[in-house]
Amino acid sequence: MNGYTVEVEGLVRKFGDLVAVKGVTFNVDRGEVFGFLGPNGAGKTTTINMLCTLLTPTAGRATVDGFDVVRHKREVRQRIGLVFQDPSLDDRLTANENLDFHAVVYAVPHSIREKRKRELLEMVDLLDRADDLVITFSGGMKRRLEIARGLLHHPRVLFLDEPTIGLDPQTRRYIWDYIKDLRKREEITIFLTTHYMEEAEHCDRIAIIDHGNIIAMDTPDNLKNMVGGDVIRIKTEDDARAEELLKEKFRVNILEERDCLCFEVERGEEFIPRLIRELDVPIQSISLHRPTLDDVFLKLTGREIRDDEADGLAGMRQMVTRVRPPFAR
Amino acid sequence: MGALEEKAVDLVSGEFTTPARSKSSGLSWAMRGIYIIVLREFRRFWRDRARRIGGFAQPIMYLALLGVGMESAFKVFGGGDVPYIKFMYPGILGLTVLFTSVFSAISIIWDREFGFLKEVLVSPVPRSSVALGKIVGGSITALIQGAIFLVLAFTPWVYGFSLDTLWKSLAVMPLIILMSLSLTSLGVAVAARMTSMEGFPIVMNFLLMPMFFLSGAFFPLQGLPRWMEVLTKIDPLTYGVDALRGIMLRGMNLAAGMPGNLAQFAAWFKDPEILRIGLGKGYPDPSALSTMAQQASLPAQAYPLWLDVLVMAGFGAFLFALALWQFNRAE
Repeated sequence: MNGYTVEVEGLVRKFGDLVAVKGVTFNVDRGEVFGFLGPNGAGKTTTINMLCTLLTPTAGRATVDGFDVVRHKREVRQRIGLVFQDPSLDDRLTANENLDFHAVVYAVPHSIREKRKRELLEMVDLLDRADDLVITFSGGMKRRLEIARGLLHHPRVLFLDEPTIGLDPQTRRYIWDYIKDLRKREEITIFLTTHYMEEAEHCDRIAIIDHGNIIAMDTPDNLKNMVGGDVIRIKTEDDARAEELLKEKFRVNILEERDCLCFEVERGEEFIPRLIRELDVPIQSISLHRPTLDDVFLKLTGREIRDDEADGLAGMRQMVTRVRPPFAR
Repeated sequence: MGALEEKAVDLVSGEFTTPARSKSSGLSWAMRGIYIIVLREFRRFWRDRARRIGGFAQPIMYLALLGVGMESAFKVFGGGDVPYIKFMYPGILGLTVLFTSVFSAISIIWDREFGFLKEVLVSPVPRSSVALGKIVGGSITALIQGAIFLVLAFTPWVYGFSLDTLWKSLAVMPLIILMSLSLTSLGVAVAARMTSMEGFPIVMNFLLMPMFFLSGAFFPLQGLPRWMEVLTKIDPLTYGVDALRGIMLRGMNLAAGMPGNLAQFAAWFKDPEILRIGLGKGYPDPSALSTMAQQASLPAQAYPLWLDVLVMAGFGAFLFALALWQFNRAE
């Protein structure tokens, strides 16, 4: 066996005429936090569903912890934990009963079951609610319980499909704290999908996926370097003079196409003090914009990630209908 | 928890390192799945007070309203002193089992809608064990409902409190199990690939209503038009209701097969003296009379018990296979 926990080669999935995933290839290292970033309908969930054996790939192959997702379904299933995009708890059972159910179907031995349940409930701050029916839980609590459940059988890989979708920012931050904490405690690989840029920043590596293709894959920093340096925007009392000075004295690259006096520099935060010191024209305002993954996506696709949200959602619904009811959330 | 699970856990200890190991214990994975799904199904049923009360109240309502109403009607139309409630009771028992069994499968659609099905489908337990767990779980709830309803048999309005009623009640249990297993399979087969919660009751009622009305649960299957008679013979539920009624009305003793009043008539007219007086007073011919008596009395059983059981078992095996197949195909 090599060092990769997840290996994917030319994975394709079609739904009738619609090609949801068009041959993706990537590897995930042991212990890595790997993120799939892309708009809704890009094929993220379809890929995850293939990796966790819920969908059979139309073509290509994938292995998880060395086991083929088609031929060795059970071995794969034993080694993965899942947190789905939509809740998958039985809300008529208590938190404890949900965990018990999971422990039985994943063959967590009796002797360690109680201890592990306690640990995990403690980790997600639900110990005092263990015997309450899940129907009384808030969205964030349910998600936390699902994360605890996904870890109950000590999986090698934890798949998180949009783990924070629909949650408020505070809960979202909590969940990220748990995920980071988890990495420190356990030897676990985390594979997640998201369409939140801020969330993708937490990953060790990101694959940007659009229309079923991976269009870029690297660390968040390297991806951001792709789009160039920081952009500084200034407003002065005499913009024409300032522009001249910037070109001659600072030798910066003025971004002509923008509707402002904007230019690109390497280290924006170090450049600004110098600019204030040395620019003779009185400055009215300065703003610094560092490239985000949004810019990366914009550069690669010509669209903003949220641009086609409505479109993408419709596309995803279409795909998801085959797995879930049409009126599903 | 249960002994079954303890055993399963012994077979697979905590660490899963080699694929060979977990492959060899496929059966234990399946047992694990069946066990926990049945347990969950049961828990949910018990926790849902509306289902518990409704499941009990509905058959009582049928029995009280329909039974009394029909019994009065039968008297008006010259059925004589026919104990209609006694006749109808096994039919309502069949109805209870039918609806509880079939509609227990709606939990599959429910689970799909609320996402829980994914948690089950992505777990290492085989799919067939999930379907099997649903079938067994649904059957147990149907059996419980049936058993609750059987308590009513002991009331004086039905069969009365006697040892005889007890034996009969125990004798129908295996039949109820057989019926509920096959009917839950039917529900699972339909629900396995259905994604609409609204659609399931519509489809099921479309299937169940004719099945139920043609089964002879409410009225005797006699003197029907030819086409309808053929339909009643195709309806698998006919055989279930027939067997239930046979046992409840006659017991397991197949020799004591004659309806009470018919036997009485026969004994009566054996005496030539009585026969002569009867004819002289203008009574109809005994052979004609016995035909009339047969038509007026509500028949206990139309088919032999072995045929009933055979048809139910065959039907059950077919639906069971269908349910497993459909569930395996579902995405």
